[in-house]
Amino acid sequence: MTAYWLCFILFLTGLYGVITRRNLVKIAISLSVMEFSCFLFLALTGYREGGVAPIVDVAEPVQTYVDPLPQAMVLTAIVIGLATTAMLMAVIIRIYRKYGTFDIREIKNLRG
Amino acid sequence: MNPLIPLLVAIPLAGAFLTMIIGRFITGIPRYIALATLLLTAFISFWLLVAGGGDQSVYIMGGWEPVNGIPIGIHLVHDGFSALVLCIISLIGLLSVLYSISYIARYTSGNYFYALFCLMIAGMNGVVLSGDIFNIFVFLEISAISSYALVAFGVEKNELEATLKYQVLGAVASFMVLFAIGFIYWSTKTLNIADIRAVFSEGHDRSYYLLIQILLLTGFGLKAAIIPFHAWLPDAHSSAPSPISAMLSGVLIKAVGIYVIIRLFFNMFEITGAMAVMITTLGALSMAVGVFLAIGQWDIKRLLAYHSISQMGYVVMSAGIGMTLLARGVRPEVAALAITGGIFHLVNHAAFKGLLFLNAGAIEYSAGTRDLHEMGGLARPMPVTSATSLAASFSISGIPPFNGFFSKLIIIVAAVMARFYLLAALAAVVSIITLASFMKFQRYAFYNGEPGRIGKEIKEVPLPMLMSMVTLAVICLLLSLLALPAIRDAVLTPATDILIDQMKYSSQITGM
Repeated sequence: MTAYWLCFILFLTGLYGVITRRNLVKIAISLSVMEFSCFLFLALTGYREGGVAPIVDVAEPVQTYVDPLPQAMVLTAIVIGLATTAMLMAVIIRIYRKYGTFDIREIKNLRG
Repeated sequence: MNPLIPLLVAIPLAGAFLTMIIGRFITGIPRYIALATLLLTAFISFWLLVAGGGDQSVYIMGGWEPVNGIPIGIHLVHDGFSALVLCIISLIGLLSVLYSISYIARYTSGNYFYALFCLMIAGMNGVVLSGDIFNIFVFLEISAISSYALVAFGVEKNELEATLKYQVLGAVASFMVLFAIGFIYWSTKTLNIADIRAVFSEGHDRSYYLLIQILLLTGFGLKAAIIPFHAWLPDAHSSAPSPISAMLSGVLIKAVGIYVIIRLFFNMFEITGAMAVMITTLGALSMAVGVFLAIGQWDIKRLLAYHSISQMGYVVMSAGIGMTLLARGVRPEVAALAITGGIFHLVNHAAFKGLLFLNAGAIEYSAGTRDLHEMGGLARPMPVTSATSLAASFSISGIPPFNGFFSKLIIIVAAVMARFYLLAALAAVVSIITLASFMKFQRYAFYNGEPGRIGKEIKEVPLPMLMSMVTLAVICLLLSLLALPAIRDAVLTPATDILIDQMKYSSQITGM
């Protein structure tokens, strides 16, 4: 159970960072922290006490094995997360070129 | 097993790929590849709508047949509701590409634009077709990443700021959805929507169920920009190039937001009274607050963006009224009427809001400004833009014989019949304020003052832009025909039936 709570705390840490940080790069890092807490949670849902890899062995059948489906999901989600992070960093670099700052308080053209 | 169904995802993906590869060697061809892709997609979606007759048909990817009634492969499900949404995605997409041929010529690297556009269409078609909750997430991210890039396509200060906001909030929404998927998989050990329904109906923990529902409502609510989650929408939709604004407002918020919310809350979860009240409240709040935020705007695209929030409120509210009645188990015919009105308004909104954003783009193209203070008298130099935007303004404010009138009428009648008198009155008042705000738009942009004020000669926009605007205006008129009983029964009723009938969706897939 502790692992799940730690994973939830990690999520909240990321959320706190997204809300309070003023540097765009730190916001991007906080988003990655949130993202990885999701991945950790997905991987944990497939965990079995004393489980091994689910590889079929005819001579010695595996009794307890971890659920492989969440691991496949996490792999897919990591690839998607990579694309999102790359896109976000590209936008942040462009913003730095246009505004000359990473400070989110300076970036306020759009209002109303 | 209808082999046409996966083509709706495969063709736009192939289009995106070909656009990049061939566009590298032959300049000028990407736009025609994108146009052909969208034409083919539109043809298949309309063929499936007409030939399918609203029946559910399932395509199992890779041919992994269900084992003992438990689905193990990825299902693509095509039924009355998804058929309708697929049609509006490809139709608005096709007209936006046609419009882009002239509009995007001002920007550099047009082939990236068309590739991202096809990718966004593939993502949205995937979300709408997928019968598997994790695949909804994957396709949601495909369409989201391409729309982030498309919003930033101008790479000026405003575009970058808007896309940053959109990306941060979109990422938080995705994590909420991913967490919810984790929770669902943990307790049901399945990802198939129909199977999740079957497992949950055998008994579940109520607070756990509520946690999943709240996570999903927040996640998809952020994507759909329902009122407490709307902060990104006015920036993103007003900063994007106009054909993209038409796609985002006309289609994207529906396909990845409203459609998924309605689909999951009717077909995956059992309808509970608490959730129904919450969805009705959120809908009514978006409807009222959105229009009040819109009326003070002087930037045309921002004004239109706030109206999108308000009009989506109508759809969410009518779905909520339907859910409330179904949860109480009383008067299913009124619930059906409310849901039909909501779906009808969703289709109508795609047509008129798409048209309005294309009009705004035409004004920006000719006059070079988006500020209502700076324009005036554009009706004389731009007669077609003026006439089509008048049609769209009548349509959104609910003036007969345009389509918006009939859908709003159905929603208000259903609210009265369900004895939600306050909501019915609110819907009518919001419609009047919408009319006022569009009278302001018409007066300041097209009639008041002289066109000479802008200081340059204003001409009507090129032919491809005119063609797509006129087509959409005609569609706005033709969609009112959906209110006729014979056509309504053929098109809208199958969509309502799949939502009203509680077990129909899942029983056809799991075979129970």
